[in-house]
Amino acid sequence: MNYIIGAFKPASNISITFSDEKTRKKVPLKKENGQTVMVPLFQSQENIVGQISVEPVQGKKIEHNGIKIELLGQIEMYFDRGNFYDFTSLVRELDVPGEIYERKTYPFEFSTVEMPYETYNGVNVRLRYVLKVTISRGYAGSIMEYQDFVVRNYSPSPPINNSIKMEVGIEDCLHIEFEYNKSKYHLKDVIIGKIYFLLVRIKLKNMDLEIRRRESTGSGANTHVETETLAKFELMDGAPVRGESIPIRLFLSPYELTPTHRNINNKFSVKYYFNLVLVDEEDRRYFKQQEITIYRLEETS
Amino acid sequence: MISDGVEDEEKWLAAGITGLQQNAFYMHRALDSNNVRDALKYSAQMLSELRTSRLSPHKYYVLYMRAFDELRKLEMFFKETRCGCSIIDLYELVQHAGNILPRLYLLCTVGSVYIKSKEAPAKDVLKDLVEMCRGIQHPIRGLFLRSYLSQISKDKLPDIGSEYEGDADTVTDAVEFVLQNFIEMNKLWVRMQHQGPAREKERREKERSELRDLVGKNLHVLSQIEGVDLDMYRDTVLPRILEQVVNCKDELAQYYLMDCVIQVFPDEYHLQTLEILLSACPQLQPSVDIKTVLSRLMERLSNYAASSTEVLPEFLQVEAFGKLNNAIGKVIEAQVDMPIAGAVILYSSLLTFTLHVHPDRLDYVDQILGACVKKLSGKGKLDDSRATKQIVALLSAPLEKYKDIETALKLANYPRVMEHLDDGTNKVMAGVIIQSIMKNRTHISTVDKVEALFELIKGLIKDSDEKLHDEIDEEDFNEEQNSVACLIQMLYNDDPEEMLKIICTVRKYILTGGPKRLPFTVPPLIFNSLKLVRRLQSQEENAAGEEVAPTPKKIFQILNQTIEALSAVPVPELALRLYLQCAEAANDCDLEPVAYEFFTQAYILYEEEISDSRAQVTAIHLIIGTLQRMHVFGVENRDTLTHKATGYSAKLLKKPDQCRAVYACSHLFWVDDNDSIKDGERVLLCLKRALRIANAAQQMSNATRGSGGSVALFIEILNKYLYFFEKGNSEISVSAIQGLFELITTEMQSENMTPDPAADAFFASTLRYIQFQKQKGGALGEKYEPIKA
Repeated sequence: MNYIIGAFKPASNISITFSDEKTRKKVPLKKENGQTVMVPLFQSQENIVGQISVEPVQGKKIEHNGIKIELLGQIEMYFDRGNFYDFTSLVRELDVPGEIYERKTYPFEFSTVEMPYETYNGVNVRLRYVLKVTISRGYAGSIMEYQDFVVRNYSPSPPINNSIKMEVGIEDCLHIEFEYNKSKYHLKDVIIGKIYFLLVRIKLKNMDLEIRRRESTGSGANTHVETETLAKFELMDGAPVRGESIPIRLFLSPYELTPTHRNINNKFSVKYYFNLVLVDEEDRRYFKQQEITIYRLEETS
Repeated sequence: MISDGVEDEEKWLAAGITGLQQNAFYMHRALDSNNVRDALKYSAQMLSELRTSRLSPHKYYVLYMRAFDELRKLEMFFKETRCGCSIIDLYELVQHAGNILPRLYLLCTVGSVYIKSKEAPAKDVLKDLVEMCRGIQHPIRGLFLRSYLSQISKDKLPDIGSEYEGDADTVTDAVEFVLQNFIEMNKLWVRMQHQGPAREKERREKERSELRDLVGKNLHVLSQIEGVDLDMYRDTVLPRILEQVVNCKDELAQYYLMDCVIQVFPDEYHLQTLEILLSACPQLQPSVDIKTVLSRLMERLSNYAASSTEVLPEFLQVEAFGKLNNAIGKVIEAQVDMPIAGAVILYSSLLTFTLHVHPDRLDYVDQILGACVKKLSGKGKLDDSRATKQIVALLSAPLEKYKDIETALKLANYPRVMEHLDDGTNKVMAGVIIQSIMKNRTHISTVDKVEALFELIKGLIKDSDEKLHDEIDEEDFNEEQNSVACLIQMLYNDDPEEMLKIICTVRKYILTGGPKRLPFTVPPLIFNSLKLVRRLQSQEENAAGEEVAPTPKKIFQILNQTIEALSAVPVPELALRLYLQCAEAANDCDLEPVAYEFFTQAYILYEEEISDSRAQVTAIHLIIGTLQRMHVFGVENRDTLTHKATGYSAKLLKKPDQCRAVYACSHLFWVDDNDSIKDGERVLLCLKRALRIANAAQQMSNATRGSGGSVALFIEILNKYLYFFEKGNSEISVSAIQGLFELITTEMQSENMTPDPAADAFFASTLRYIQFQKQKGGALGEKYEPIKA
């Protein structure tokens, strides 16, 4: 029996561990199968150091043509299934061809790895970082093991961060002036602002502030644009009159936002917008969309 | 569809309550397991029920109260445990709610805990809350939300002496917060009227009125803030409130809020800020019921003034009267459409105020009345019942205050105001004046005043020219005239000369009253005059030789003429009585001719005017009674008069009446304390005649009815016999009495005699009396001894 079971088992157990596994921060990552796992978090220019251990199944040996570890940065377009595009690929050869009889460990190190893009899981596109260990074998195919990790890149507060202020309206119908305190927000930021009603001739019912994400993938004729509304935040209930000023205070932290990604490797972009929506009593919607930039602020703690 | 409205509303409310309870249940469960996130989630869902637009304010309130109770519990939870969250986190956490209304309710709830925790200055939290609430622009929802804010914050204001007061948190912040909430609420409230279709305007106005207390509550909170002293009230609070009130340009709000301001803030503040407060009044919408507002203000100030005399100097210092007067003038000017009643109410309130504050300034009172006259001028008589009522109030106020009609009589404008009343009310007012005089027992003591007074009440004194055939309720009329009669009695002056003038004046007025009034007004005048006559007489005795202009004679002349006026009515019985009264008074004054003249007049009346037999009986007895007491007449005059009286007696229609009158006449010849009039013979003659008549009566009764009448007449005559017998009339013999006894006894035992218990008892008493006298002995006893009963 044991023999039979062993035949279907992989010939070896490969595990990848990071040297600072215990101290490194882990973040959840959603896998293809829908499960969420905790994976280590890195940022660009970090050293990715660790070791892998290969342990043949009891009493077996592994013959191989060499063992290598790769660090891959991949962009995967869902509509182009299975077509990965590696924008980063680093390789470390760990062993020359030979045989492994017992558990063997190989340290590895990628120093100051350039990882310019953040991990991203979108509607149509995914950007991921993965460590891939390959034990090449002539027959029976190679043995591969993957270890995902997440990359997040932090930016300092932008030196120039103008408010967004604008007067818009429909002639003789509705004139408003709105102001958001910044044009660039970090992920845990608070939007402060106000809407000032200069002229109201329509009976408004309510006003929402939406945060929308526009993910565009591909280029040229092949561009796919996907827009999602991530937040729908009611700012006002009822009909204001001329001269009213409605405050805005919206905390971004509850929403699952990512930083703005502009033209990532010419493959995709992720942009964020504020959409101010006014709804009148006949459910007509009047809106004004403004692009904002979202960045990841270095957490000070 | 409209009829379904109420039912639907009930349904919606029920659904709302169900939803609310359900989520409240989950919220409690989350709280029990210390799950903040779920608790917030469910509480937000619970509060979402308040987002409904389908309920009327009344029903919405029901829902709100339920939510309120739940929020209280949530607040308690936050206060006690907070489940490890810092309050600042919590304050952020609740703001994640996507819907604004639940978000703000939660924010207020947590904000309250936040202030209590003192982790942030109260003023910052309050400011944040009141600002954030701007997101609700829907009137009903906004009002309730802000009212919730007001409710939870009112014990957390950084007031003086409050635990939330700090270096950075001053009472200014507290005031600022409440004011801002007030202003926003008022805006929402005012805006309510413009929302929805025009045909439902009326219903909306009703709903608005239901909500007004939510707005007014803020003013109440302001008034409760300790730190709002006079300076702050004058410099910040009041101007800000008034600015809002004036600017909102809404009738309902302006009226209500002005009233609120007046009611919630202390009197002394009003007094010191009178100018500011009043300056707002002319700026209000023309349709606002300012008169009520102002009159309430004046009422308050009046009460304040009345509360203690110590505050009066304050009133003087701020020239309250001048300011109020000025303001009223401006308001009346500004509100052209104000009904007369409104203006009068204002004047009336001002008057009340003046009476309380400046009781000594009669000129103020007159000034007010003058202004009122000016307003009324050209309007003629008022036919507006409300205005009329107000004028009555206006005119009554000085009477009540001064308790002295004389003060009112000094007011030149008083009668001019009264002129504008219609006849009916004029009478009522006159009645009020008289009541006041009666109540305070004021004596009107000079001719001028009497003249002024009668000028005032002339509505009662004579018929108005316009309505000749006014249908007047008799009872009312009688009452009115009775009060005039009372009034006449109140006229009095110690100086006879002045008194006479008064009498003449009154006479002049009452003689214009016409036949219906004279019977009421003449007698009191007569008696008042007679009082004067008696006074004169006693004075003469005391201070003889003093030159006194009015003589009794003169007065009697006037009286004679006055009574004559009654002939026009005619009321002969009354006139006769008055003549007799006068005659008696003349008798006391030893004025024989005068007394004779009065008697003559009385006799003439008896002969010519009194034809009713019953009236004749009464009259003759009056004449006899009076004549008996007259001692002023000489023999001749007396004879003439007694002869006449006896003659009249014998000519009465009914025999028993005749009999009684005749035996009464016997007294005319026997006056006990006057020896000159003791004519025993004629006494006996009278009595015998009476006996004859009694006999005749008895026979007549036998003939017509077949049974004997009462023996009462005989017994009565017997008593007369006994009287004169006792008095020593020698003509009355024992045998005559004895004979009478027998006659009576026979009569009483006769068969066709109708038993008369009264007569029996009378006779028995008479016998007992004789018996008693006998037993008593003495001179009288001896006299009675021969009589055998």
